[in-house]
Amino acid sequence: MIQIQHLYKSFEDREVLKDINATFKDGEINLIIGQSGSGKTVLMKNIVGLLTPTSGSILYDDRDFVSLSKKEKIKLRREMGMIFQSAALFDSLSVLENVMFPLNMFSYDCYEDRKKRALDCLARVNLVGAENKFPGEISGGMQKRVAIARAIVLEPKYLFCDEPNSGLDPKTSIVIDELISGITHEDNITTIVNTHDMNSVMGIGENITFICEGRAEWQGSNKEIMDASNQKLDDFIFSSDILRQAKELHDQQKGIKV
Amino acid sequence: MRRFCKIEIKYHSINTTKIVLTIKSGLTHLGQYVQLMGRALTQPDRWRMFFKQYVTEMFQLGYNSIGIVLIISFFIGAVICLQIKLNIQSPWMPRMVVGYTTREIMLLEFSSSIMCLILAGKVGSNIASEIGTMRITQQIDALDIMGVNSANYLILPKIAGLMTIMPILVTFSVCAGILGSYATTLMGTTTVPELDEGFRYQFNQWFFWCGMIKAIVYAFIITSVSAYKGYTVEGGSVEVGKASTDAVVLSSILILFSDIFLTSMLT
Repeated sequence: MIQIQHLYKSFEDREVLKDINATFKDGEINLIIGQSGSGKTVLMKNIVGLLTPTSGSILYDDRDFVSLSKKEKIKLRREMGMIFQSAALFDSLSVLENVMFPLNMFSYDCYEDRKKRALDCLARVNLVGAENKFPGEISGGMQKRVAIARAIVLEPKYLFCDEPNSGLDPKTSIVIDELISGITHEDNITTIVNTHDMNSVMGIGENITFICEGRAEWQGSNKEIMDASNQKLDDFIFSSDILRQAKELHDQQKGIKV
Repeated sequence: MRRFCKIEIKYHSINTTKIVLTIKSGLTHLGQYVQLMGRALTQPDRWRMFFKQYVTEMFQLGYNSIGIVLIISFFIGAVICLQIKLNIQSPWMPRMVVGYTTREIMLLEFSSSIMCLILAGKVGSNIASEIGTMRITQQIDALDIMGVNSANYLILPKIAGLMTIMPILVTFSVCAGILGSYATTLMGTTTVPELDEGFRYQFNQWFFWCGMIKAIVYAFIITSVSAYKGYTVEGGSVEVGKASTDAVVLSSILILFSDIFLTSMLT
């Protein structure tokens, strides 16, 4: 479980995160949603330690990441996996080498075992046969799947995904969502997904944190989102015609039932 | 008069502010560079990975530069020989002075300093753009999140690789320059025995080692400065291009500065 307590982050005079409090549960897909520029990515970067918060604490199973020593931070980082918006694969390495990279750095297994483990992960994300290709030779969706395989190869306790569906078509987005969801539930990982894709919100959002202008405005599940009485959340979620109609239908049905 | 004084005071204060800001910025960069080197020059997380990278970097930065080093050195050696023959030699000078001067120029300055300046352009821009692109495409963030010391993993093999291969490149450069000067004998400007005598005349072995020491220092300057420029890129492709140019300019200036100190210290 990851807990954020009274987190503030400022860049010179500009306060980007203001008193964020949130809890991200084990074995669940925790989504951080919000408009572009609301502070989602800054929050994610603070959680993974790429930025240092101005004040507040980030508790990884009661270990405060902010106050850990450098060595302890490195140790904790080895329990994390991250999927970046741009996949962030190493261009000079093949797909297999990319997936094997964390094993090569941290595992003391022999080469054959490391390769087997990497191939297993590639099979898990349905990428059998692509191991000798380079990142520049595969599609965006495949790159994201390689990034997922690389993130899970060391069996992390915490998985972070920064807009994993950005730049992908709806069908491929669903595939990526299902993969992340499957891995989270099977391996009981604490997964945090940063997204503004409404399909992901409605499909896999078990614990959603809505960020607006640097504040955590609402927290709940995708089942509760329809009934959330938060104007800012409603404005964000139901901004598209289809979702607004769905909301109206839901309200009508609820009214009939009542 | 009072107005003129006011303008002058204002102009003076703007200038002072600019100087203070420039010094502050320079010190900030120096501090960041030292911090980055502190992270880079530590024991690698995995020696196996380090050696793999080290060999790759030696190949990419050094082996791939052999061609340009040989071509430039060959022609510069030939031109130095011709220029000395045409401009310095007179009936009062011994004939071997052409070979002697060519050897000293190649050994003391051209093959070590000027060749490193040329390599600062090729290798420096390569390193800055490679690491800069890794920075903007979040590959460095990916390494950091994995718990890998990204500075150490990316920069140390480059520094070690170029510092290893640079003395070899300098040796190749000296040899190519001397070959180039021999090639001028085909034009009839000088003869092989004259050049031979000049090349062997009062040869001081220490001058060769001076070139090697200089080459190692310049290799460190080129790789560390270019890696710093690439590692600290913020923004997009325009900034990567700017970092690449800055890396070449800054490492060239530092090579020229350190050349003065090294020359006075070593000779």
